[in-house]
Amino acid sequence: MNVTSSTVEAITVIEASGSIDSKTAPEFERTAIAAIQGQKEVIIDLTNVEFLSSAGLRVLLMIYRQVKTQSGKVVLVGTSEEIQDIMANTGFLSFFITVDTLDEGVKTLKAS
Amino acid sequence: MTDNRIDYYPTHEHEGIKFRRGHTLPFGATMVANGVNFSIYSSASTSCTLVLFERGEAEPFAEIPFPDEFRIGNVYSMIVFELNYERLEYGYRMDGPYNPAAGLRFNKSLILSDPYAKVIGGRDTWLAKPNWDNVYQYRSRLAFEDFDWEHDHPLETPIEDLVIYEMHVRGFTKHESSGVKNPGTFSAIRSKVAYLKELGINCVELLPIYEFDEWENSRESPTTGEVLVNYWGYSTVNFFAPKAGYAATGKFGMQVDEVKTLIKELHKNGIEVMLDVVFNHTAEGDHRGPTISFRGIDNKTYYMLTPEGYYFNFSGTGNTLNCNNPVVRNMVLDCLRYWASEYHIDGFRFDLAAILGRAQDGRPLSNPPLLESLAFDPILAKCKLIAEAWDAGGLYQVGSFPAYGRWAEWNGKYRDSVRKFLKSDPGEVGGMIQRVMGSPDLYSLRGPTASINFITCHDGFSLYDMFAYNDKHNEANGENNNDGANDNNSWNCGWEGETSDPAINFLRHKQVKNALAILLVSQGVPMVLMGDEVGRTQKGNNNTYCQDNDLNWFDWTQKETNADLYNFARCMINFRRVHPVLRSPTHFQYWDYVGSGYPDISFHGTKAWNCDRSSSSRSFAFLLCGDHAKQGIVKDDMIYVAMNMYWGGLHFELPALPPEKKWYLFANTDMPSPVDIYENGQESLLANQSDFLVGSRSVVILVGK
Repeated sequence: MNVTSSTVEAITVIEASGSIDSKTAPEFERTAIAAIQGQKEVIIDLTNVEFLSSAGLRVLLMIYRQVKTQSGKVVLVGTSEEIQDIMANTGFLSFFITVDTLDEGVKTLKAS
Repeated sequence: MTDNRIDYYPTHEHEGIKFRRGHTLPFGATMVANGVNFSIYSSASTSCTLVLFERGEAEPFAEIPFPDEFRIGNVYSMIVFELNYERLEYGYRMDGPYNPAAGLRFNKSLILSDPYAKVIGGRDTWLAKPNWDNVYQYRSRLAFEDFDWEHDHPLETPIEDLVIYEMHVRGFTKHESSGVKNPGTFSAIRSKVAYLKELGINCVELLPIYEFDEWENSRESPTTGEVLVNYWGYSTVNFFAPKAGYAATGKFGMQVDEVKTLIKELHKNGIEVMLDVVFNHTAEGDHRGPTISFRGIDNKTYYMLTPEGYYFNFSGTGNTLNCNNPVVRNMVLDCLRYWASEYHIDGFRFDLAAILGRAQDGRPLSNPPLLESLAFDPILAKCKLIAEAWDAGGLYQVGSFPAYGRWAEWNGKYRDSVRKFLKSDPGEVGGMIQRVMGSPDLYSLRGPTASINFITCHDGFSLYDMFAYNDKHNEANGENNNDGANDNNSWNCGWEGETSDPAINFLRHKQVKNALAILLVSQGVPMVLMGDEVGRTQKGNNNTYCQDNDLNWFDWTQKETNADLYNFARCMINFRRVHPVLRSPTHFQYWDYVGSGYPDISFHGTKAWNCDRSSSSRSFAFLLCGDHAKQGIVKDDMIYVAMNMYWGGLHFELPALPPEKKWYLFANTDMPSPVDIYENGQESLLANQSDFLVGSRSVVILVGK
């Protein structure tokens, strides 16, 4: 797993790749939590994520909770169909806005 | 995290794994700071070893013997550091004497599941072929217990207001006609919540969802060649773990979140969730069965044993859980508390619950401590507790189950009375009068809410088959039709099995409607079997425990092909829900205690105010006074129900209404659809207000308003 953070049009973008499981989730969490401090608009780009385990899903929810306490929004980008299915079955999907591309993600947040 | 606790750090090391003394409670494997706390009880073992696997691996990566100083009393505990929560599978080896006559069956060559494991791996996808050579088949795993419930909590619907729907998680959506993603799973049920809501039920009772092994006793059907499996799941491998094979995400080990998500969704829609729980026995069977967990951990604690060390068999399945042993009692209590608090379960139906009232030597106890503990438990205080008040050892406690003011019962006498009445047996009117009143003959001190009324359940004929078969047809089960009950009180309406005779088919549908109508106007708590509302058939099989196929799966096309039944069931269920007079929490008093001019209930016959209870009578009617609804707290309409199970039509003189009210027809099962039943509020005004011809084998429901 690899995780980076950047800023696109004043929106915090966290991009991960590979497999997010209990081994890699702590690093994902550390990077993401540091990047979202004080941010109201956050994009998590999962285009290159192959698998999200329970622990990975929990990091997403933790990011959501923290951003929500600031009345912010989290958008997931590029979530594969399989991961969306897992997230739907386990109830995590309902917390997020999902779009296909980063551009759409930026537009969605700018429009809201 | 502040790291100022001493127990955040290891003190011991074994082959590179770091660990320390653990906490004795809670039992099971619990995530703690930096590690996992393991705790397990065994009274008669001499030593214990913790066995750790990477998920799915054939060989363990570590085996850590518990140092003597880690055992307090009969509990071994240790904290192991730096384990991967998600990838970990664990088990135990217990050493001790092998002496069956003394009730001891230790075998340290076996790896045992934790009785308190919250997830079990090994049967992750339904009917995925297991590796039979696996050294450890049912693997204990950890669960994340941090679900986001948002604002959800158990619904606490008054029990008298429930309409229970007994259903099988897999069977509900497995049929290709369900049109759902991930058919046969917890997740798929969410796609059908709108259906449940429209039908009007407000409680689903799920057939066992604790981890069991569908492969147990699997074999080939002699008639179809299909594989026969343990489909119902009344054979628990672990009491704390949900059935992974019922989860779309079972292969990822995420079944805990999936089940909770389903419950949250059902609750959002006002539907309670009840679990059918099986504490009378386990999947380990008798002395010939597999050693999975309990037998190898502490055989004589967990099972009732004869003086010679054999297994008592009050369950009919080989062994009997030793429920009134204090340790086992606590396990049951811990388990139910866990499901009530962690999963927000609203109630439990206890399979063969009479066993829960037996002493350790098998005697029925007059004051069974387990039943008392459950009744008064602070966490279970708002949960519904429902007993199947008999067992396979011959203990029959319908009406006498030790209830402590809390327990309700599956009312087997309700089922039998209604079935006999429906098939026109003589001498049933007296019994039926008791049944429609909530069985005051059985529950005089407990009220009608003690009575869970049902005509069919998973065990036995489906409702449609009740009127299509005189005899069971269980050949597909491969037991020479010797299995299943013989006292079905069914009647095939003149032809055994399917027929194209329209008169017989009309009568069968009418009988299904009669049954639904009676069930839903009876005081007490109605339970409908999944699919009965659309005429589901098991083709005469009355014991489909092993059939993972069309005999059990809900065929969604029947909602259209039997649209008359579905419409009737929906309207009847909703009729009950809009009429509080049908849902009294207390027994009727037979007098007018609100000054309405009518007693709360009165019985009638072909002559108003005259009910023929003689043995030759096959018909009667009753009148409920709406002013007495909920003991006079709310106002409802007058409701008059005439039941004629005689084979000819009978004129029923209608009781006179107060002058400002008129009789309206709500249901008449003698009529063809769609004029057999009306939408609530759209009942049809009767031209003749004083007399009604009730057809042969028909039920008529009138509303006075």
